[in-house]
Amino acid sequence: MARVVVDVMPKQEILDPQGQAVANALPRQGFEGISEVRQGKRFELEVDDGVDDDTLARIAENFLANPVIEDWAVRRVES
Amino acid sequence: MTDPTREAATQDPATPNGAEPVDSVEHAARTPELDQPYRELGLADDEYERIREILGRRPTEAELAMYSVMWSEHCSYKSSKTHLKYFGETTTDEMRAKMLAGIGENAGVVDIGDGWAVTFKVESHNHPSYVEPYQGAATGVGGIVRDIMAMGARPVAVADPLRFGPADAADTRRVLPGVVEGVGGYGNCLGLPNIGGEVVFDESYARNPLVNAMCVGVLKSDELQLAHATGTGNKVILFGARTGLDGIGGVSVLASETFSGDETGSGRKKLPSVQVGDPFTEKVLIECCLELYGSDLVVGVQDLGGAGLSCATSELAAAGDGGMRIDLDTVPLRAEGMNPAEILSSESQERMCAIVRPEDVDSFMAVCRKWDVTATVIGEVTDEEHLRIDWRGECVVDVPPRTVADEGPVYQRPVRRPAEQDLIAADDANTLSRPATAAELRETVLRMAASPNLCSREWVTGQYDHYVRGNTVLAQPSDGGVLRVDEETDRGIAVATDCNARYTRLDPYEGARLALAEAYRNVAVTGSKPVAVTNCLNFGSAEDPGVMWQFQQSVRGLADAAAELGIPVTGGNVSFYNQTGGDPILPTPVAGVLGVIDDVTARIPTGIGAAPGESLLLLGDTREEFGGSEWSRVVHGHLGGTPPRVDLARERLLADVLGIGSRDGLISAAHDLSEGGLAQALVEMSLIGETGARIVLPEEADPFVWLFAESAGRVAVSVPRGAELKFTELCSARGLPCSKIGVVDDESRALEIQGVGDIPLSELREAWEGTLPRLFG
Repeated sequence: MARVVVDVMPKQEILDPQGQAVANALPRQGFEGISEVRQGKRFELEVDDGVDDDTLARIAENFLANPVIEDWAVRRVES
Repeated sequence: MTDPTREAATQDPATPNGAEPVDSVEHAARTPELDQPYRELGLADDEYERIREILGRRPTEAELAMYSVMWSEHCSYKSSKTHLKYFGETTTDEMRAKMLAGIGENAGVVDIGDGWAVTFKVESHNHPSYVEPYQGAATGVGGIVRDIMAMGARPVAVADPLRFGPADAADTRRVLPGVVEGVGGYGNCLGLPNIGGEVVFDESYARNPLVNAMCVGVLKSDELQLAHATGTGNKVILFGARTGLDGIGGVSVLASETFSGDETGSGRKKLPSVQVGDPFTEKVLIECCLELYGSDLVVGVQDLGGAGLSCATSELAAAGDGGMRIDLDTVPLRAEGMNPAEILSSESQERMCAIVRPEDVDSFMAVCRKWDVTATVIGEVTDEEHLRIDWRGECVVDVPPRTVADEGPVYQRPVRRPAEQDLIAADDANTLSRPATAAELRETVLRMAASPNLCSREWVTGQYDHYVRGNTVLAQPSDGGVLRVDEETDRGIAVATDCNARYTRLDPYEGARLALAEAYRNVAVTGSKPVAVTNCLNFGSAEDPGVMWQFQQSVRGLADAAAELGIPVTGGNVSFYNQTGGDPILPTPVAGVLGVIDDVTARIPTGIGAAPGESLLLLGDTREEFGGSEWSRVVHGHLGGTPPRVDLARERLLADVLGIGSRDGLISAAHDLSEGGLAQALVEMSLIGETGARIVLPEEADPFVWLFAESAGRVAVSVPRGAELKFTELCSARGLPCSKIGVVDDESRALEIQGVGDIPLSELREAWEGTLPRLFG
């Protein structure tokens, strides 16, 4: 078993309304000095050792992310 | 992913490793031989040559980007212009009398009385919605709403005519839920009721769905805003969202070419950079704009849609005094390292551009600050007859704006009636085998009611907010949406959109007339008086002579029909290249009609049973007309013959009678007969009204023909007890055929049709309502 983390982020060129809302709210809450926020999501998967990287990439590309507007990155972490 | 615009930025041999020197006008004049990627940007050889002639040198990268997007099919109407002129030629002064703004403006505006005006328009967002259904549909709504805002109006309602591939196709299951969520997501967040629209399934829309978006706006008739940059020294202000890398080249590359990905073998994948919208930003922008207009702080205004700043600056300048200077360094950017071409062609959403007198700039900025809307002076109006754009201290664009905005290429594309039209017409639908027994007829009623194109749209429309703002009088499943405009006088408006593209396939001229006749009738059955027309013309490739013939015929059909109905076409939209491989979609000229109702409390609903003891009457003539009918599709998978005959004088008469009937309280429910014929209309009137009925067709009637023929110019009405004589006399005095076909039965929980049998409402409801949830739920 290994833990796999998939990070999904809105593509850099695409508007991220959620991140922007957070960025706009920060100064209102008294936090200065933060110019940009982008908000994505993180998946944590417990994965059998037999599952190869290709399969994980397919899962990320076809199921966890919307590749038209989102980038994804898969990494195995120590468990 | 290859982005042609970015390629343009890095191909200059003088720009290694992205350290970009400016391709200024001066640089362009010095390097006339530089190869430019104009073909990749969608420009033809002769178009590029013309740009060089206009400028007397090669265009800069930024100029090339501007011309390529503005001369794209989507922005320049280069293939359709020559045909669209016909709309103007057929509009008489009398038809124009109530029109405050027409074709060529952001949207048509019509005076509806009591000092009110209404603006409405439909636009297509087909290709983006195929690529990214949710965001494509959402930004389609956002774009049309900004068009309406640019006229000075408050957007008050939206409606979305949608078309998809077969209901059970895998790709439809991918596209439809996303599109519906996108329409609902954006419109609901804006707080706009969705009051109409269509959902149609047909094989031809597989991999090329049609996502058309309509918006309706209301303004006082003296509050009209126009998109022009007048007054030398006036400031150009960009306000709303910041400019990012979204949708660059979307218009030129996507909307104007067949979507074929890598299949062309060119190796250049036309993957779009899609746009993501933010309805909350747009909502604030709406309120901000309305306050700016109300405080008289705006001389001219234009929304930013396809082609972004390229379009807004060149169109504002072309429609105004002709000159403008813009400093691109002032444009607030969301992405780093954007070059001038990218800034000019970005399609970032939720942006507007205003022309403001210098003395009003402070007040303008104060209003924007109040609404937390970013606003920046980016330039000013000049009397130089030139649009001049500077970046990092150098001039990167110096063009006569009219050559960008108005004087694009005009093509006389070959037009040829395909020989196969005769074969299709000869393939008569009236000879198809018909249900013969009562049991077969009963089964056909149920099968039709459950078929994807006739079944309840509740699964779709239930995701839309219909009643927000509190002025919705009728929405789905009514034939037309009705809104109250004036809360004191109860004056209101109605809208409907329609197109049976199967009819248009059989005969594009008659089919287009039928589309308009149906939209007109759908407005009339609510008790409203139809007053104006808009359209959204969805067709295949403009380079296919057969498609151009369909287009030419449809335009003529719509224009001639509008003239016969005496109401003007106030605007429209053209979308070509809707095809997959060599197969174009069915020609789909969607007609939208706006109506006015003096008193919305007199509106006519669709469901029967509101008044006790109603009689059911059928207005109009029923003929043996099955060409293009839904029955021929559902039962035989057939498309052939000729579409139903259209009689526009009859449609006018019908509208007059319905108007009087509504005003005098003679009609308690009415439903237009269209796809599926009388049987489907009765099913819907019963189910919507949750009341049964007993139907006795006239003795000489062939029950199959009466139940399923799709003859135009027909409406089923229920008339309250005591009003029947008065109503039938009204019909006979005016020469409108009127047949009694039965009575509403408050006690019955069934639709009983003599010669067919009884169908319990529960059984009908299961058939009618079960289909879409089963497919998409």
